[in-house]
Amino acid sequence: MILGPIGFAAPWLLWALVALPILWIILRAVPPAPIRRRFPAVALLLGLRDEDHVSDRTPWWLLLLRMLAVAAVIVGLAGPVLNPRDEGTARATGPLLILMDGSWASARDWAAQTAVVDAMLAEAGRDGRPAALMQLSDPQAPVFQAADSLRARVPGLIPAPWPVTPEGMARAVDLLGESAFETRWFSDGLDAEGRASLLEALEARGPVTVHESPRAVLALTPPTLEDGQIQLRALRAVPGPLREISVNAHGLDPAGVSRVLATLPMTFDEGALEATGALSLPPELRARVTRFEIAGEAQAGAVSLTDDGLKRREVALIAGRDDREGLELLSPLHYLAQALSPTADLLEGGLMDVLPANPDVIVLADVATLSGAEQAALLDWADKGGMLLRFAGPRVAASDVSRSEEDPLMPVRLRAGGRTVGGAMSWGEPKTLAPFIEGSPFQGLSIPDDVTVSAQVMAQPDPTLADRVIAQLSDGTPLVTRKRIGAGQVVLFHVTANAEWSSLPLSGLFVQMLERLAVSSAMAPPDAAELAGTTWQPAQVLDGFGRLADADTRPGVAGERLLSAPLGPDLWPGLYEGPERSVARNVIAAETALSPVAWPARVPVEGLERAPETPLGGWLLAAALMLLTADILASLALSGRLWPARAVAMLALALSLGPVPEARAQDDARALLATQELALAHVITGDARLDDTARAGLRGLGQVLNFRTSVEPAEPIAVNLERDDLTFYPILYWPISADQPTPSAEAYVKLNDYLRNGGLILFDTRDADVAGFGAATPNGARLQRIAAPLDIPPLEPLPEDHVLTRTFYLLTDFPGRYSGRPVWVEAAPPDAEQIEGMPFRNLNDGVTPVVIGGNDWAAAWAVNERGDPMFPVGRGYAGERQRELAYRFGVNLVMHVLTGNYKSDQVHVPALLDRLGQ
Amino acid sequence: MADLALSPLRPRAEAEASRLPPLLAQAELLARTVLLGEHGRRRAGAGDDFWQYRPVQPGDSRRMIDWRRSARSDVQFVRQREWQIAQSVMLWVDPAASMRFASDKGLPEKADRARLLALAVAILLVRGGERVGLTGGTLPPRRGEMQVTRLASALMQESAEDYASPDMSGLIPHGRALLISDFMGDLAPLRDALTAAADRGVRGLLYQVLDPAEEAFPYTGRTIFESVGGTIAHETLKAGDLRARYLERLAERKDALDALCQATGWRYGCHHTGESAQSALLWLHGAMAGGGSA
Repeated sequence: MILGPIGFAAPWLLWALVALPILWIILRAVPPAPIRRRFPAVALLLGLRDEDHVSDRTPWWLLLLRMLAVAAVIVGLAGPVLNPRDEGTARATGPLLILMDGSWASARDWAAQTAVVDAMLAEAGRDGRPAALMQLSDPQAPVFQAADSLRARVPGLIPAPWPVTPEGMARAVDLLGESAFETRWFSDGLDAEGRASLLEALEARGPVTVHESPRAVLALTPPTLEDGQIQLRALRAVPGPLREISVNAHGLDPAGVSRVLATLPMTFDEGALEATGALSLPPELRARVTRFEIAGEAQAGAVSLTDDGLKRREVALIAGRDDREGLELLSPLHYLAQALSPTADLLEGGLMDVLPANPDVIVLADVATLSGAEQAALLDWADKGGMLLRFAGPRVAASDVSRSEEDPLMPVRLRAGGRTVGGAMSWGEPKTLAPFIEGSPFQGLSIPDDVTVSAQVMAQPDPTLADRVIAQLSDGTPLVTRKRIGAGQVVLFHVTANAEWSSLPLSGLFVQMLERLAVSSAMAPPDAAELAGTTWQPAQVLDGFGRLADADTRPGVAGERLLSAPLGPDLWPGLYEGPERSVARNVIAAETALSPVAWPARVPVEGLERAPETPLGGWLLAAALMLLTADILASLALSGRLWPARAVAMLALALSLGPVPEARAQDDARALLATQELALAHVITGDARLDDTARAGLRGLGQVLNFRTSVEPAEPIAVNLERDDLTFYPILYWPISADQPTPSAEAYVKLNDYLRNGGLILFDTRDADVAGFGAATPNGARLQRIAAPLDIPPLEPLPEDHVLTRTFYLLTDFPGRYSGRPVWVEAAPPDAEQIEGMPFRNLNDGVTPVVIGGNDWAAAWAVNERGDPMFPVGRGYAGERQRELAYRFGVNLVMHVLTGNYKSDQVHVPALLDRLGQ
Repeated sequence: MADLALSPLRPRAEAEASRLPPLLAQAELLARTVLLGEHGRRRAGAGDDFWQYRPVQPGDSRRMIDWRRSARSDVQFVRQREWQIAQSVMLWVDPAASMRFASDKGLPEKADRARLLALAVAILLVRGGERVGLTGGTLPPRRGEMQVTRLASALMQESAEDYASPDMSGLIPHGRALLISDFMGDLAPLRDALTAAADRGVRGLLYQVLDPAEEAFPYTGRTIFESVGGTIAHETLKAGDLRARYLERLAERKDALDALCQATGWRYGCHHTGESAQSALLWLHGAMAGGGSA
């Protein structure tokens, strides 16, 4: 049975609704049970009559509540279903062609598409219609066959990572054949030339229905780098409402794991077709970004791969002499740094220090000799693609590098001494540059007239020299030479990097030459001329869902086609590697625009989804349960019995809300407890026996303090370092056990805060052996590990004149259950000197933040509930004396914490008395 | 009660005794708050301590002139002594079951509060030099700290019946009395008792202790109300409807008590267990002292 959008599985159960009015009458007739109450003033009530004898019935709203609950149960059991499948649509006959765009834009709803296709084929199979499947992204001639056998292919369908092209559609028109069929066209929603003619061809063969996902097509254009920020632009095909997206930058983290390195939120304004955003990343991070992706969009258009274009080159600058302080303009690196710093990241430091950073370029300005290790490391680095840029200079000219035989890190052999032209002591004019020769990387750069060279190092004529010269002077002597080393190269400027030998570094040409050498930038996309004749090997390709996969054995692509040819089966989007660099080919180019298809009005356009069947029974039964709960509360409230019930409800509420408010209340209670009275506290170690001992010890110490001093501490408090606030406790007793967990980082923050603000922690390794520098025992080792992150000042064994020895009792020894081991406290300042006539040094202010010892004080202090000592100390009277001394140490310690160095001030008493004339 | 009777005497006695020190301590504590700053009787009268000099007035006999003081000036002075006279104060605290009621866990039972107040007043009186005892001849008035202990143990006795009325036998003529109860029982015996007391020149206080629930009647729904002893019950279908009429009756009862007091020269006070015992004690103390001078 179906009522509107709701169908019922067991409609006959609805007859039970008829019984509801009967229930109404029954419920109204029965008054609620009385409640018995003690009430002493009942004598005053005697004789009072109820005014209204019938009024104590269930009120109408409570009845309604119960009715609703019962009705909900009945309807719920009848099995209501929202949007049941109706099987009443008219059935078409004849062959069925399922035409799918199958492009990157279809990938956004691929699962829904295939589900609908599958359902359609299943239906066609039931109706005995032959069917065929065709993907426009890679059209094949449709072969009509049994729909059931075609269904097996559906799970294997994947979208292609390229758009539907006009050529593809033209081919599809040719492949359609002559027979008549019905067409279901799953469009990706993007317009392309040729859709109209294809639609006409299809309509000529039968009715056409278009299915289109209502989900917006989003795309991301390739990122560009401007002003050090990555500019991102997202597109959408249909102007829609305000929408926020986020773009994730994926890349490898330092451990080599691919993860999201940054996220940039962007907003499509209402009605806007594009959203832009700028992402500012540190160069190190930016260089690691491999792709940008619109979060949540699993399609190739929402992915933009990055290539070398985003990377700033890392250039290491190394000069032969950098000890000439103050002569900035003469520094061999000044002009290089000026030229490179806007576009490249500069590294400075020793050669062996910068090599592990694997810079793209290393500049050696007037560095002549390299050690064997340096040379080997440089060669290894250059062999892997590094570029070594060398400049000549007085040192190179004076050295024997590459003199008799070619140095592996020099492009040419050099003649001794170099030459000087046009100087005060030589004939001739300074030389100018010759136009750049064919094949030189500098070809096409215009040479300013004022660039002159007055000194240079000279290359030895060699058979290989001609190949290696990429720039020369007007007299034909080489100015720049280059040699390849493995995947890398070494380039030598035969002049200095500063203006001593030539005016080249002062000119704009210098910057352009560096750019051409890809020293300063590898950002400019390769132009057609550079690509001509090269072959680019795909390294990774994108599939239709925007997932990167290894290219495996895909063939290389000719350079001419790489950037300009349309994407297709022979040119996948992905990352291509060529000589010296890699280039990304993305689905969306910078100039791509998305436009939606405008289907003619005669073509029916349907969405992909069908409202799913939703069983409502569970919801109704749950509603009935809630209504009944409300009924319970209401009934209790009516009969005045809500008080205990309210407690139960509060309990349930507390349970459902989780332990948070309870915990907070607990925290407040703790804080009150800790602040109302002074409380000694110990750290919870996790070892129950240890914690009990610590608690009993502090209790014993508290009793002694209570009896003997004006300090009257409350019951000791156990402190959980992870959870509790430490600020309330002046002293923390921390027994150490060998298997104690190390506190978390947050706990350490709290502890350090506590120590810095005047708290004191008494560490007790309880092994009597901390004096031997600790690590000898497991507890000592544990203490070292626990205390390592703590902000503890330098320590020293407690000196004889420390204020701890006299804050209350005069003590020389600080025993617990063990005795005789020194106790460590904050060291006195090194300039603390004992003044003549004074009993004590004038020591540091404040309280030592830690006291470290191993005498197991808590055990000596510990008393049970009746006040008897829990652990034996020593033997006989001497043992009792030792326990007494342990208590005295505790008293002194607490006094020290509470009064600081007050007793230290007694030092001045003799001087004061003296001044008073006594 | 049967199992209580069977159980050995000593544990029962200990259990009872254990309640006594807290009551005593509480009463001491409470009394101390009033005692501070209220030293002495602050009026001239018969006694040993010097109170003040005052100029001689007509009617003073010459023997009363203090020559030593008068010789220092031209005016004659009379030396007055501070009034020191012991009075007998009889206490009665309602031992009935209706007093053993507290509407909320946070509130003390009416009986507890009544005992506490009675004992605190007793302590104050004993310290002030009065003799304090219980009505009904159970404890004749005496002075001294021991009497406080005896009073405390005597006050712990409870009765099983629902409502009780004071036994006014053993009243000392021209003494004073303090009756603490909820006065929920029949008023006729009380009227008789008060009349008898007034006849013997005894004056005092009626102090009504009520639970906040008795004052507010916060009940709704179908309810059977039972007295604490269980002897009386009243069923209603709508407790909420009874509220107005109950409150009316309660007010009537208070008026009746007040009227009774005015007729006999007594004073009437009312206290709720939800309020602080200290203010009640202050009132009682003031009323006892003020009444003493009137």
